[in-house]
Amino acid sequence: MESCANIAIVGHVDHGKSTIIGRLLADTQSLPSGKLEQIKEFCKKKSRPFEYAFLLDALKNEQAQGITIDIARCFFETEKSKYLILDTPGHIEFLKNMVTGAANADAALLVIDAKEGIQENSKRHAYMLSMLNIKQLVVLVNKMDLIAYDEAVFNEIVEKYNRFLKNINLSAKMFIPVSGMQGDNIALQSPLLPWYRGSTVLQSLDQLEKPAPLISKPFRLPVQDIYKFTAGGDDRRIVTGRIESGQISIGDRLTFYPSGKSSYVKTLESFNTQINEQSHAPTPIGFTLTEQLYIKRGEVAVKSSDSKIHISSRLVVSLFWLGRQPLQLNKEYWLKIGTSKIKMSVEKIISVINAATLDYHQSKNTCINRHDVAECVICLNSPIACDFSHEHPVTSRFVIIDDYNIAGGGIIQKDLPNLAEKTLSQIRKRNILWIKSDISREERSLKYQHAPALIIVTGKKQANRQYFAKKIERALFNLNKKVYYLGIGNIIHGVDADINQQTRKTRHEHLRRFAEVLNILLDAGHIVVVTAIELDEKAVDLIKITTSCDKPYIVWMGASSEQSLNVNTCVEKEIKHPDTLNKVIKDFTHLC
Amino acid sequence: MDHLTDLENKSIYILREAYNQFKNLCMLWSIGKDSTVLLWLTRKAFFSHVPFPLVHIDTAYKIPEMIEYRDRLALKWNLSMIYGQNADALANKQTYPDGTLSRVECCRRLKSEALRHTLSGTGPRYRLNHISKKYELDSDLTPYTGVVVGVRSDEEGSRSKERYFSPRDMNHDWDIDDQPPEFWNQWKTDFAPNTHVRIHPLLDWTELDIWKYIKRERIETVSLYYDTGSGKRYRSLGCWPCTYPVESTAKTVNDIIKELETGKFSNIAERSGRAQDKEDEGGLETLRKEGYM
Repeated sequence: MESCANIAIVGHVDHGKSTIIGRLLADTQSLPSGKLEQIKEFCKKKSRPFEYAFLLDALKNEQAQGITIDIARCFFETEKSKYLILDTPGHIEFLKNMVTGAANADAALLVIDAKEGIQENSKRHAYMLSMLNIKQLVVLVNKMDLIAYDEAVFNEIVEKYNRFLKNINLSAKMFIPVSGMQGDNIALQSPLLPWYRGSTVLQSLDQLEKPAPLISKPFRLPVQDIYKFTAGGDDRRIVTGRIESGQISIGDRLTFYPSGKSSYVKTLESFNTQINEQSHAPTPIGFTLTEQLYIKRGEVAVKSSDSKIHISSRLVVSLFWLGRQPLQLNKEYWLKIGTSKIKMSVEKIISVINAATLDYHQSKNTCINRHDVAECVICLNSPIACDFSHEHPVTSRFVIIDDYNIAGGGIIQKDLPNLAEKTLSQIRKRNILWIKSDISREERSLKYQHAPALIIVTGKKQANRQYFAKKIERALFNLNKKVYYLGIGNIIHGVDADINQQTRKTRHEHLRRFAEVLNILLDAGHIVVVTAIELDEKAVDLIKITTSCDKPYIVWMGASSEQSLNVNTCVEKEIKHPDTLNKVIKDFTHLC
Repeated sequence: MDHLTDLENKSIYILREAYNQFKNLCMLWSIGKDSTVLLWLTRKAFFSHVPFPLVHIDTAYKIPEMIEYRDRLALKWNLSMIYGQNADALANKQTYPDGTLSRVECCRRLKSEALRHTLSGTGPRYRLNHISKKYELDSDLTPYTGVVVGVRSDEEGSRSKERYFSPRDMNHDWDIDDQPPEFWNQWKTDFAPNTHVRIHPLLDWTELDIWKYIKRERIETVSLYYDTGSGKRYRSLGCWPCTYPVESTAKTVNDIIKELETGKFSNIAERSGRAQDKEDEGGLETLRKEGYM
């Protein structure tokens, strides 16, 4: 069976997108009978002139306003192929909906009003297409009836628009003079445009190609989830994710980044299909590994024989902003790339680009406004595995979440060095070379009746950390947990005996070694209770990355106003009261 | 890659994403062909398991074969099966068949309201006990934050505006005019307290795709879709007082595919046998804004 091509129709407001689709559906007999009559009747009742656009504007409030608010989809078939047409709004207010429609497209039809000429969104939409990596573009010069089918006007628009497209690295497959209202060159060649010998819109659709899946690119698979349906009597530990590019076979060696852990593909799993020996992009697959690795959603599986992926936490990106609130410098947002989600902030705005005029201005801005396109440096709270946009179109793009919604998107151009990178590459190397036990993490958890966990007790110098941490240890011990207390001091005089007393420079190394020791204790399956003076967010991050422990339970000893990081609980008063301890134990056991 | 496999791939990816991102996830199962295909896709996505509950809104006016089929599959596939119902409206005879309400008003009470209360846990949930094979009042009334629904964009106008991940506010309302963007397979998986997200893995499927997939995968469907000698069959399933069969002698899945491909129904809307759609202009849209599936 042939596949279905997704075509987006874009362009400035009122240039006639919906009319062209309505006409295309009507002239190819793709409408349910009575639909045309029903809309004509509706217009008569409301004493409005009939428009083909109303066919698509199925929603009440849209008909009232007369503009497309959201994307509408309609299915459409020619002898050669099936199409899903995505009508997108041309009004600037609804750019987010245009992006939603166009991002799913294999190709785009861009409509320009012959009488009004090239307008702001004729350019902005093309710019968005180039950001969205939509390479196939057909330009429809509409409303030719209003300019008496004048060839010179058409040619002028072609020339001007081609010049613009060249600047944004896009090229049009063809320009077609049409009239949606009159049906010229939509499904049928128009006798009123004898000077035009090219395709009609209908013919142009059949000349578009569905972009081939990225099979020849290096293997990339962002881990989506890890399943173990033990309750359903299933012992398989299945790693899932979609192959974004390349192919995979049983026996391939995979490395997961950023952790650097590595193993071999044992089986490819599926339900109600034949047994597979291999698979390729863009299939969502499930597989088991020869070793029980502890890997997490968000890591990217790369074939050890393929080209390397970048691991970075400081990136130069191009992005577009759709959020109602401007994108602020140094404010915390969430970034989603592939299947990972990390906190981020904008460190620097390099330039803001006017998508319609292509004017770059070096920016002293502290924010990026709605519908702006910008180049900037972003900083991530922890490193991600990614490609750059010139290397890979899929694993180089991300979205930004603000106030629970996707508010922007962008592509990664390159990375910048980050201080912690050296530590991270050490950790990766350690993970790659780690000699694994035959006993898995799950087996240990099953035996000990709990997963490994980390409790950090921190606070100001004078706070009673050690007293409280030992109380926690005792309480958990009494609950039959495999628990161990470790103060940072125990490390300083032993493991750290070769480094000098605390200076700013050595503090990082102290912490790093401390975290490495914790990693061993956690790998052994323990709940570890540690104390350290006044840890900040950065120090906790280092511990998290070194130990692969995402969510340490953090107790701050002292007033909540003093704390320098996000904590689970603050203990200020009545430290010795049993209720204080009980509350912490209850809260911790509830979370784990 | 063929079209059905493309569609299957995308739906599976969406289902796995929903399962990962929503702690309290459920799937609406109307017993119809679409949501049954969705249930099958779930088994594919999770390697034969169905790791979240299935919710059916039982109006008490469903065609009996539908309930029999639901419980048979639930036992066979070991489904965590839950149904909800607007017991008040039924007890007070506030329904269309009782002659007290219009069709649309009846849908609102028996479906929209029952759904809203079942999802938010403010109404009773009845869970199938696999040992006694009976439904029991469920003690778990945690609100669902993610709800997987089998709507398709070609069904009727308002559904063509849906997102794959579509937010609903505190009152379960759908703000069609201001939906969040979704692109690059990144969807709305973050949500404010007391709101929830509807997830639509079948958005790109057509009626014909559904039947072709049922054939390819040999999925068991409810007998009402086939002519058993009367020269009639159902094309869309609902409550018996408001759902009419179509003239058709299609006795098998192959017959139905042939019927759709030859264009027998190309001029008749799929839901034309559903009387509530016709009561007011845009009636279904009004219901959908209020939470109707």
